[in-house]
Order: sequence, then C-alpha cells, then structure tokens
Amino acid sequence: MQIWIARDYAKCSGCRRCEVACSMYHEGKIWPEASRIRVFMLIPTVEIPHLCAQCDDAPCIANCPAGALTVNKETGAIVVDKEACTACGSCIEACPGRVPTIHPTEKYALICDLCGGDPQCVKVCQEGGYNALWITKSPYKSPSYKLYAKQPKDIVKDLAHRFYKDVAEELI
Amino acid sequence: MVKGYAGKFLEVDLTSGRLKDIRMDEETLRRCVGGRALAAEILWERLGDRWEEIDPLGEENILLVLTGPLTGYFPGMRICVSGKSPLTNGMVGSTVAGEFALELKCVGYDGVIVLGRSDKPVYIYIDDSGAEIRDAKHIWGKDAKQTVRILNKEVIEGLEKKRSRERMWREPGILYIGPAGENLVRIAAVLQKWTHACGYGGYGAVMGSKNLKAIVAKGTGPVPEAHDMNKVKEIIDKVTAACLEDDSMRRWGTGAGGYEVGVSTSSEPIRNWQEEWHDERSFGVDHFERRLWVKRYWGDYGCPTTCLKVSAILDGPFKGAITDNPDYELQAYLGTNLGIFEPEGNVYVAAKCDDLGLCGIQGGNVLGFTGELYQRGILTKEDIGFELRWGDAKAFAQLTEMIAKRKGIGDVLAEGTYRAALKIKEMKGIDVTKYAVCEKGEAIGAHGIRSGLDYPPIIAYACSVQGGDHTSVAGLAPARAPSELMWGFADSAVICAFNLKEEQYELAWEMLRAITGWNITVEEWNTTLGPRMLTIQRIMLLLGGPDLFWNPKTDDDNPPRFYEPLPSGPRAGCTINREEVTAEKRKYYESLGWDEYGVPKPETLKKLGLEKLESALERLKERIT
Repeated sequence: MQIWIARDYAKCSGCRRCEVACSMYHEGKIWPEASRIRVFMLIPTVEIPHLCAQCDDAPCIANCPAGALTVNKETGAIVVDKEACTACGSCIEACPGRVPTIHPTEKYALICDLCGGDPQCVKVCQEGGYNALWITKSPYKSPSYKLYAKQPKDIVKDLAHRFYKDVAEELI
Repeated sequence: MVKGYAGKFLEVDLTSGRLKDIRMDEETLRRCVGGRALAAEILWERLGDRWEEIDPLGEENILLVLTGPLTGYFPGMRICVSGKSPLTNGMVGSTVAGEFALELKCVGYDGVIVLGRSDKPVYIYIDDSGAEIRDAKHIWGKDAKQTVRILNKEVIEGLEKKRSRERMWREPGILYIGPAGENLVRIAAVLQKWTHACGYGGYGAVMGSKNLKAIVAKGTGPVPEAHDMNKVKEIIDKVTAACLEDDSMRRWGTGAGGYEVGVSTSSEPIRNWQEEWHDERSFGVDHFERRLWVKRYWGDYGCPTTCLKVSAILDGPFKGAITDNPDYELQAYLGTNLGIFEPEGNVYVAAKCDDLGLCGIQGGNVLGFTGELYQRGILTKEDIGFELRWGDAKAFAQLTEMIAKRKGIGDVLAEGTYRAALKIKEMKGIDVTKYAVCEKGEAIGAHGIRSGLDYPPIIAYACSVQGGDHTSVAGLAPARAPSELMWGFADSAVICAFNLKEEQYELAWEMLRAITGWNITVEEWNTTLGPRMLTIQRIMLLLGGPDLFWNPKTDDDNPPRFYEPLPSGPRAGCTINREEVTAEKRKYYESLGWDEYGVPKPETLKKLGLEKLESALERLKERIT
C-alpha cells in the first residue's frame, strides 16, 4: 500500500532526530546534509522538516534528463537510480519545494525513499510524542498533499506570524 | 586519524589576519578528551609562563572554542568556550548548546583557536571551501535576534549564489555576542540561536575585546567517523530511552524549578539571597505554560529531551519579549531574585538579557545586588536615575540596558557584582562587598547551600576551580554529581550534563570507548585525567591577575551572606558552619593532592605529569605565605 508522510510544522521541536535516523539508516553515519529529510531553522524556534511530498505530477521525473527517477509502485516513493543519475541538479530546479539534494560526496541525487515503506524519521518523531510527522495511507491521499512541496522560506513567514503575530515582522 | 575527531583545529590570528590548520597528537587528545580539559592544556602551554600578566580583555588572551569526541553523537550537544576569564582571572570551561558544534565538526574542525585582536569588527566564516575573516560592521551593535537574522540571510544567499545546484541551503551554525560583549561588559555571554548562552567566565567580553562578533560555520560532511558505529548506535538508543522517561524534564524543562526550588529545597535566591524560600504559586511553571508558551518542546540537534520551551509576550506593556522557558536559573535570577513572582515580568527581563547578550545569571546577580543597595539606601534614585523597587520588571530591564551599554551606573555594574562592589565601596565609603553573592569574581548559580536540601555541598563554590559555576560544583563524591570530576568530563566530552543522569553517565564513558577505540575508563579519569585538568585550572585561578588576585586562605570561602541564617520557611535558622567548611575543604584538597590551602603539592604535579607547572608553584609561594 502506498504511504505518504504528513507533517505539522508547528509541532516540530527542532530536535532533528529525524535527520539522525535518516542518515544512520541510509549512510550508517550521522550526516545532516546527507539526510533525505532536512529541518530548516531559518528563524530559531520556527523549524520546518523538509522532505519529498511525492507529487502526483512529479515534475522532478519529467525534468530529469537522464531518466534516473521513477515511482516505486509499492510505496509510492520517488526512487533515484544512482547509476543513471548525473547529479546535474535538474530535479532540484524542477521541484516546487526544491526538496532534492545532491549527495555531499557521491554523484547522485537524494530523495526520500520512505525507507522502503517504514520511514525511520516518522518513528522517532512519534516516539518523541511531537507528532510533527506521521504516516498517512492510500486511498485517502488529498491533492493538497503536494502543497508540502513548498520552500521553507515561504512557509516560515506563515508560522512566524502564527507564533508571534505582528512581532514576527522584525524576526523574518 | 584519531576516531571521533575531525583531526584539525582552525587557528585564526586576528591581528595579522593569518589563518592556519593545526593538529594535536593522539596522546594529547586521549589525555584531555576535548573541550574543557583540552582548553586548560592549550592555555597553559601558550600563556602559562606569564599568566598573571595576561589581561583577559587584552590582545594576548586566547579564545578557545572546542568540541569533544562525543559532541554530535551523545544526545545533547554543546560547545565549550574558554580562555583566560575576565571574571575569575582563571580559566572557565563554559558550554553552550546549539548546532554550531555540529556544523563545525561537519566542516572538518574540532575547534577554533582565536588569537590577537582585529582593528575593526569582524566575523570568522567557515565552510567546506575554506575559512575567512569577514567584515562585521553591519552587525556590530545588533541584538541577538537581528544578528541571527542577518547572518542567516547573508550566509544562505552566498551559498545559493555559488552552489545552488547542489542543494537548497539552510542556516549555518552561529556563535556570537550581543551588544554587551561588544561593550566589554565582563558579564557578557557567548550565544547561539536567540537565547542559548554560556555566561560563566565572561567570554562574551573576550570576543568583544577581539572585535569578533561571531564565528559562523556551515559544513556538509558527516560527524567524524567512529571506531564502532554499531555500539555507538546502541548507546544512543539506550540514552534516548532513558531521556524519554523523564516526564518532568521533558514537559517543563528546568522551568519547574522557579516554584520547586523555593518551596521544596529552600535554596532559591530571593531579593539578592536575603531569603531562599517562597511558596508563590503564581510563579508555578503551569502559569508560564498556559499563558506564554508558543512552543511546548524545543531542542537542539539529536536531543530527545527537548527541555526548552518558547515563551512570547505578544501584547501589553511587555510586548515583543521572546525567550526560552525561562529555564530555572533565569526564573530565579531574573524573577525571584528581583522580587518578581509573575511570569510576564520574568520573561520580559530574561528576553532583555538574551537580546543584549548578557549572562542571565551574572546579570540577575548584579541586578539583585543593586536592588538590595537601593533597598538599604546605599544607592539612591539619583545614583541610578530612577527608583529600583523589588518586583519592578520595567525598572530592572532598564538597568539591564544601562549595563549592556555601560551607561550611567551601568558602567560600574558592567564589571560584574564583585568588582562593582569594590568600586561602590570606594564611591560610598561603605563596605558593600558583604552583599555580593559571588565566588572569586563570579556570581554564584541559583542553588543555595544554607538549607542543606539542594545538591551543592557546603564547599561547592568555595572550592570550585570555576568560581560560582553551579555546573561545576566541588564535592567529595568522586564519580557522580555533585563533583567537579563529573562535570569536568561533560565539559570535556562536550555534551549536555542534563542527559547524563544515573546510568547515562556510565553510558557516556562506554560511548567514548566505542567512538575512539581507546581503553579509557571513568576510574582513569577520576584518578589521573580529571585531577590533572582541575590542577591546571586551580593553579591558573590562584595565579589570577592582573586586576585581582585570590588568596586561598581568605577567598576559598562562601560569600558572607551564606553565613547569615535563613530568615524564612521550613529551614529558617539554618546556616553554614565555618568549622565544617574548613574541615570539608581540607578533605577535598587532600583528595586531589593539594596542600591545606589548596595549593597543588610538587609530588602531585609529578604524579599527574605536570612538572612543567612547578615554576608556577614558586610564583605562588611568593604571594601565598
């Protein structure tokens, strides 16, 4: 069954244990910039976990000149073919949230693969009781899920206003 | 390469503008672990010969910013800031939480060593293409929130311009000072994020004296490789499970203390420590939680406890005040110690200290001291410029501004409580040092010792090599808190001591072995490595200077106030017995191989491999006879 990772940014503690879990699972190391989920802290206290939203129209796939991206039928994750990927960065440009990154030392793109259906980031977030991330399953996917694919610099304004009302203007 | 370490330190000479990488041999790293113990080693190596002459705010002082091998691995990361302290004139290992340490390690450095003084405001910028000194004219004078805002934008824009094809860039780690540090206020802190501060030692002023506004790092590498990653992961899971069990710490952080320490242990500073007991339910953490928290859990990288909470006041006379929790120390020092027993006023003064880059503990101590002088009519409305009544948050916040900007009486108070007391004594001809609740020039943390119910023993502060530091209290229990050895390890591994409770302390040692591959034990730390660090720090403290020198015969003592009986609460009448203090002191010194006055013995230096410090004993002998 396909799954999606839903998020409530206002509940993120900024502990970034999701990043620790992700990079340990995929890289065997603690490696913030090799994590497929990255928490943006453009304004302290306003933390935004950022990862692939698995858009229906997946502009990253359409824009990949190497044909390195496909959708995993089982989980719904966007899968990167490491051999085919040229690390050109076209997927980053095509993504409305600029979510993908290029691996810091290898020559391929990093996109959330849902850990094969059992996302480690969600586990630790739930374990901490924050509920900033949770799993939602088909057939309940809303078309609005792709709104997660936004740049943190745009999201941060909404949240800062919610936290700090008009005081937010001086902080952004 | 030594496992767990990036393998190099960045040395920046701000006088010449020269930057270089330096390396430490494995033997030194193993002996010191990192952070505080390594700082003691480096400082003695470079400044020990002329320690007494080195002006902490002069060009010769060295600012050390060091991680440890557990930083980034053990849940709860910090960075250790050190140098010759403008408060104690010794060396304090002062740690602050935040992601700067992570970014520094991910960019490939274990620490930064800053020498000299720039002739104009600068900041040091480090990313994986190198390090450079950048102009800081545009952020000089900016408060905490504006400094972070401008630097975040500037660094992200720079990286986007050059390297946008790699990734969308996010914020760097920023270690910085506020206006207080720039103005060489001795009680200025070094900060991260908006509110994270290390104030013990007064290193904000040291950065200011070097014209250094900030050190900024953005790395893309991994945390340095560990010897046995499977074991490390296993330990992280165990520590995490234990942290998640601590319900009170997770829900309220240390902020439950503002009520608890007063009501249950009678050890909370109230109106400059004139009392230590209160039962003001209005100051309960539940009020903070319901009325002011906009964020229930806030933590730094990898921490499962997330003990911080964010308070914000969005309307009314205190509008715009944003701070974390406040934690216990700031609830006490910027609340009860100023006669403030309601959340809004406390958050207002705490946010003021954060924004100006003033240490909340040192700041609250000197504010309370001034409050008492006003109460006693020693300082008047004319001296201060306005009335300073207990509980008046607006007035105390105004005085905070004057301290950070060295305006009016603030210029005197900016020297910290003890030095201010000496100046006021001269000004007024009244001995006000008896109202200064300090230890060797440094304000005492908000945990009193008179009731006998709180954790610090009666020699906690009198014998600490870090002065009034409540996170480095002296005590005879060798392995666990309260002991300088335990805290010295946390400050050297550079991790958060709050995640080190109970069995987690042993787990931290297990992790040190798993990361480095060394056969290093807590026993070796307690008998050799830890005492070595304390002995170097002790000698630096006793050498002191150049403005003040400590005589252990008279200065290894509690502040006078602690010998006054507690006036109120269930422990009313309790005080400290001088004979007991003397007896405990002797036992403590003996346990470390120091003589009856706490001067390390020559044979102890030999045993600890510190023969190079023997000349210092000669210098001390001339003064302490």
